[in-house]
Amino acid sequence: MYSSVPEFRVLIDKQRCRLCKRCIENCSFGALEWRGDKVKAFDDRCVACLRCVSMCPEDAITLRRTPSDVSAHPVWTENARRDVFTQSRTGAILLASTGNELHESIIFDHLLLDACQVTNPAIDPLREPIELRTYIGRKPRSVEFEAIGDSIKLKTELSPALRLDIPIMIAQMSYGAISLEAHEALARAAVMRGTTMGSGEGGLHKNLYPYSDHIIVQVASGRFGVHPAYLEAGAAVEIKIGQGAKPGIGGHLPGTKITDEISEARMIPIGADAISPAPHHDIYSIEDLAQLVNSLKEATRYKKPVLVKIAAVHNVAAISSGICRAGADAIVIDGFRAGTGATPKVIRDNVGIPIELAIAVVDQRLREEGIRRETSLIASGTIRNSGDVAKAIALGADAVKIGTAALIALGCTVCKRCYTGKCAWGIATQDPKLRSRLDPADGAQRVSNLLLAWSIELKEILGAAGINSIESLRGNRDRLRGYGLDHTTLEILGVQHAGS
Amino acid sequence: MRIVANYKHYKELNEEVVQAIKNGAAQLTLEDVNGQRFIADCLKGKLKIDIYGTPGNDLGMFMDGPTVTVFGNAQDGVGNTMSSGKIIIHGDGRDIVGHSMRGGKIFVRGDVGYRVGIHMKTYKSNVPIIVAGGRAGDFLGEYMAGGIIIILGMHNTAKKTEILGDWVATGQHGGAIYVRGEVDDSKLGNGAAQFPMTADDEMTVKKVLTEYCRVFGLGLDSVFETDFTKIAPVSHRPYAALYTCE
Ligand code: SF4
Ligand code: SF4
Repeated sequence: MYSSVPEFRVLIDKQRCRLCKRCIENCSFGALEWRGDKVKAFDDRCVACLRCVSMCPEDAITLRRTPSDVSAHPVWTENARRDVFTQSRTGAILLASTGNELHESIIFDHLLLDACQVTNPAIDPLREPIELRTYIGRKPRSVEFEAIGDSIKLKTELSPALRLDIPIMIAQMSYGAISLEAHEALARAAVMRGTTMGSGEGGLHKNLYPYSDHIIVQVASGRFGVHPAYLEAGAAVEIKIGQGAKPGIGGHLPGTKITDEISEARMIPIGADAISPAPHHDIYSIEDLAQLVNSLKEATRYKKPVLVKIAAVHNVAAISSGICRAGADAIVIDGFRAGTGATPKVIRDNVGIPIELAIAVVDQRLREEGIRRETSLIASGTIRNSGDVAKAIALGADAVKIGTAALIALGCTVCKRCYTGKCAWGIATQDPKLRSRLDPADGAQRVSNLLLAWSIELKEILGAAGINSIESLRGNRDRLRGYGLDHTTLEILGVQHAGS
Repeated sequence: MRIVANYKHYKELNEEVVQAIKNGAAQLTLEDVNGQRFIADCLKGKLKIDIYGTPGNDLGMFMDGPTVTVFGNAQDGVGNTMSSGKIIIHGDGRDIVGHSMRGGKIFVRGDVGYRVGIHMKTYKSNVPIIVAGGRAGDFLGEYMAGGIIIILGMHNTAKKTEILGDWVATGQHGGAIYVRGEVDDSKLGNGAAQFPMTADDEMTVKKVLTEYCRVFGLGLDSVFETDFTKIAPVSHRPYAALYTCE
């Protein structure tokens, strides 16, 4: 029986190779071995992480995709065949990392932003201030002031809010799924750019507490590492109901990844599987969700906003309305292309709806019900550049979260093998040797640079549209036009076709 | 210090409790409690709180240290995600007692409801313990990852004959459940099995129940008139073969 064709071929130029073996040391997937007088490549183990390519001092290594052509078939693509073949051998669920690989059409790419010409002036962001500050939390219906002697005091009691310098947050990625170095780099970047990162559902390592003013601590169904000090440390608390890469299912961090330090952060024994149940077992209804929201507000003495994160599923608008009424200060919606460290491939590729549609329908629903100001809306799942940020906000989001983009800034090459724990770039791994490849200070600087670059671009986008504050772009769908989208999609988005 | 709860909203009642503790109170008596939720939520340290009446859902949630005694019944979510301390209930507890609890003790004199001890965990010396004197509902110890649950089936207020509901310890991957009397295998969910009581088990049960009997003024001998059955996980990695990791 044939064993499936390797996806990549590792070509080593004999002329250039000076037999330093550095590539062998660097390949964490065991694809390169020393054979007496040469480096031998085992193509079937190569995942194209590009570590050897970038580490080779002589530029002697090249990767090629699919060296052996398989006979083409429009339905039985090579990937479809590969999956069937693998499962016929293992009888097990296929795991996958990063985001949805099907559905190539991305709605963001069919949305166009507006700019001023003649009739209203554009603003030059280099000369005039453009405001990106964003507050996440419940906004009051009106504000009252009172005069006390000479000074004026705010009378209205405000709900706790997160003050962000930019409308871009770093998503929830757990310590366990990613390394401590990656976690620390993201936290430091959040501090540098005046935004937040998420603890993920694996608790918080003690080294992260100094940055906790910029960390949203997560409470998920497994309740790992959730204790009073953790709740009190966070800038906000986020209840995770679901995530875009695996709506409706729980998670298993295999016992093999529960190292000493992870066991300490999660507060579970070393080597035992960390199982996150599919639902929270104290939440079977909106009323129950309200109870968890309120218990967390009580626990943090009403000083911190409580966010609720869900995956974008078919009924997302009605569910979001319920979440808002359950008292959530913000709703985080994760679209069906959102990334993950490990999820069943079939769930990742087939469950949920695009984030663009979810933002539009949730924003619309909350407006219609007159409760939009009661909660903030945060969108995540394929935010690839500042254009996506602007479009998400124009569709109705208050802010966005980035996950994969932040990891790419840390050096991730999107090899899609996070679930193996062998990440060659020290990101999705707990192996001390691999972890040492990522310097948190350097990583923080790169993520911070990315956020800075996008912020400047956002100001350019706003300036071009004659808008001097991100507030005025929020839900301003009139500044968007669709291009090559069908009537139904446009109707759901609440966006007109280009030219109209 | 004494606080009368009566018809106060939980927010008001819990704020009074927090303020009293801030002002140095280490012993509190809450009277006329009428279903107020989140009492002792996230409280820390060596406090003693006595409750007369019926506290509402999530009593002692996230709690880390205090001893809470309820002279009456409690509602859902007692000791939810609790870190340490003790909750003593002189009546019945209801659903999800000790949900995701990772330390401390919950002693219930009477029955407990569904999904009790769900996803309890052990971490180092923190071993959470739940003891119910009566019967337990379905899904006892579901996803249990650590800790000890003891069900005595003695003060069975619901007067049902069976000590356990169905689907006991489904998905269990840590910890142990001890049941006074025999258990039919048909009661167990996937992942759990009956194991013979070892000398260590006997010692653990005796130690926990000595304290339990002292708290409720019960005779230890009558508890041990019947033998105990142990339910424990078949594997600590129940889903290891479920995925293709390549
Ligand atoms: S897995 Fe990475 S390091 Fe190993 S051969 Fe392939 S590209 Fe090179
Ligand atoms: S985080 Fe690491 S393992 Fe995951 S896709 Fe990126 S490079 Fe690959």
